[in-house]
Amino acid sequence: MADAASADTSTHSTSARRRVGLLVTCLVDLMRPSVGFAAAKLLEDAGCSVGVPRQACCGQPAYNSGDRKTTREIAEQVIEAFAPYDYVVVPSGSCAGMLKVHYPRLFRNDPNWLPKAEAFAAKTFELVSFLVDVLGVTGVAASYEGSVTYHDGCSGLRELGVKAQPRKLLATIDGLRLEEMREADVCCGFGGTFCVKYPAISNVIVGKKTENIAATGADVLLAGDLGCLMNMAGKLQREGSKIAARHVAEVLAGMTEVPPIGESRARRAQAEP
Amino acid sequence: MTLAVTSPAFKANARAAIADPQLQGVLRQGLGFVDRRQAAIDRLPEFDALRDSARDIKDHTLAHLDLYLEAYEERVRAAGGHVHHAVTPEEARGLILDICRKVGAKTVTKGKTMIAEEIGLNDFLEANGVVPVETDLGEYIIQIRHEAPSHIIAPAIHLNKAQVEADFRRVHTHLPENRNLAEPATLLAEARTILRERFLAADVGITGANFLVAETGTSIIVTNEGNGDLTQTLPKVHIVLATIEKLVPTLEDVSQLLRVLARSATGQDMSVYTTFSTGPRRADDPDGPAEYHVVILDNGRSTMLGGEFQDMLRCIRCGACMNHCPIFGAIGGHAYGWVYPGPMGAVLTPALIGVDLAGNLPNASTFCGRCEEVCPVRIPLPRMMRDWREREFERHLSPVTVRSGLALWAFFAKRPRLYGLMTAMAARALALLGSRSGRFRSLPLASAWTRDRDFPAPQGATFQSQWKRRKR
Repeated sequence: MADAASADTSTHSTSARRRVGLLVTCLVDLMRPSVGFAAAKLLEDAGCSVGVPRQACCGQPAYNSGDRKTTREIAEQVIEAFAPYDYVVVPSGSCAGMLKVHYPRLFRNDPNWLPKAEAFAAKTFELVSFLVDVLGVTGVAASYEGSVTYHDGCSGLRELGVKAQPRKLLATIDGLRLEEMREADVCCGFGGTFCVKYPAISNVIVGKKTENIAATGADVLLAGDLGCLMNMAGKLQREGSKIAARHVAEVLAGMTEVPPIGESRARRAQAEP
Repeated sequence: MTLAVTSPAFKANARAAIADPQLQGVLRQGLGFVDRRQAAIDRLPEFDALRDSARDIKDHTLAHLDLYLEAYEERVRAAGGHVHHAVTPEEARGLILDICRKVGAKTVTKGKTMIAEEIGLNDFLEANGVVPVETDLGEYIIQIRHEAPSHIIAPAIHLNKAQVEADFRRVHTHLPENRNLAEPATLLAEARTILRERFLAADVGITGANFLVAETGTSIIVTNEGNGDLTQTLPKVHIVLATIEKLVPTLEDVSQLLRVLARSATGQDMSVYTTFSTGPRRADDPDGPAEYHVVILDNGRSTMLGGEFQDMLRCIRCGACMNHCPIFGAIGGHAYGWVYPGPMGAVLTPALIGVDLAGNLPNASTFCGRCEEVCPVRIPLPRMMRDWREREFERHLSPVTVRSGLALWAFFAKRPRLYGLMTAMAARALALLGSRSGRFRSLPLASAWTRDRDFPAPQGATFQSQWKRRKR
């Protein structure tokens, strides 16, 4: 693991720069790499050097299914893969919460691994809170013409205190208007495997969420977790809504030329007269 | 004869609840508890400090529960009351029936008690020739409907006004058919008139207890209708039915807990009635029962002491967790399939009836954490739901499909290089298939998702493969 990481960072590391290991999350890796590139751009613009060690998943599916042994094996692997970095940054409140809050809990009875898990937790941050709280970023250079609404992902909000930070940065974007939705802090019904284990319940919950989203009149839904976004975007699209969905990092990085979640260039070209 | 358990059919229960337009209507409308709680807390800046103190009081009591139980019993006896211990629901029911029989009781009035639901008391009394009459309006309504409560503080929250009117017309057949029952006030007046007669006729009154005070031997109930007071003061005999974790050391401690209870429950600063009873009527008391009994039930709770689920015994039954739960908000309380719904039920029910019966409950959570966020005694509900999932997994109780799917995924997740190859192929294939429309309306193996939602097509190559190329 360590060799992959050092190979990545060797091209641009001055000792003064913060070396950030980007854990892109398995969903971003597979579904929407543009979020990873947006995160890397934001971090590099803020003066960090960014590396991406070989990675799979943070272990949440196993953890939330009660499989503690598998979760530990995955967690050990993640902790070691990111050992060479000063910080671990994650464009997801849910996965960052897993690393920061739940890894130490996972090793609470293991005197060998607990200190490693705690040190790892201490250097791990959700992307936007890292930019604002650690790097002291006060604004971004991007511009975006239109109105957006922002959904607070549950883990980011309640485990990591991510609420003001994305709003603070969004407020500095030229042309962007934030229309707050009702119950922005209420779950969207995704919940990882929950949405496929209890799809009927999940559907009721996301239906209430899309109602609140639509009521804002915003053109775009933003959030900091791709899982929640895929759930809400998928529901909006099934309902025939024209509201687009994007990860907040894409807007903050000014990388909105890629089609929104679940859209294609062909579909967009068709839709525009 | 405890309440029938339908928790194993949770998924089917939930689907039925979602397909019930009347239930969905009342769930959407809600009772405004969430907003009212927030307003009450905004008026009390020290609320979070009070929560810490409430948690500490309960933790301290649980750590010394044996001592406080003994002290409490001593005080109850000194006040002329009787304390009975029941390990099982059967024992509790037997004790209560014995007391009723000794005084030749024909009817029993009841204040709201979830423990009576837990031990299936109404059916048992009825089968033994004693007529139980629920006196809390919500409990009365569900009693005439032969239903269980769907919420621990608002038992009839699953019903709308029209349904209640229809029930009253069906049951109160001695009243004129053309009477006006269209308003909540007229419904309330009718229930009040009927219950007034029952209060006066009852031989025994049974209430629950929100707290038992070790310092004074006092039982405390909080109510909003005053029915509890009439239940415990009018009949000759008052039976308090409570469980071991209701103990609190002192009146000072109770006053702290009361400050967080009503605010968390209904958003009231205080409930309308907070009633303290200590022993039977004394010589110079204007009223009160001649006999005062306390039945203290364990029903598995003592096995939670000292283990990973002990924190659950802090619960003061405010219902805030269910009021704020997106799952409860989608399906209501009955779908949970036993006495306690919502997040507190998802943790407590497996402890009381077994995780093999109640396994769905701790699984049906998104771990959004809102329950823990609002809990007045800071119970780590999501953590304990996960602990139940671990117990299930260890005992191989989780469904085979889940276990095998997880094992397959874990095989790759533990091998990042192989994982990278697999996902790179999957991403390209899916991206190719979905490149025109950008999403899928249906996908093999993903119908649980695509039944109600579109699934986005991946953008193309995975992030990791693109990153490697970029850096080269």
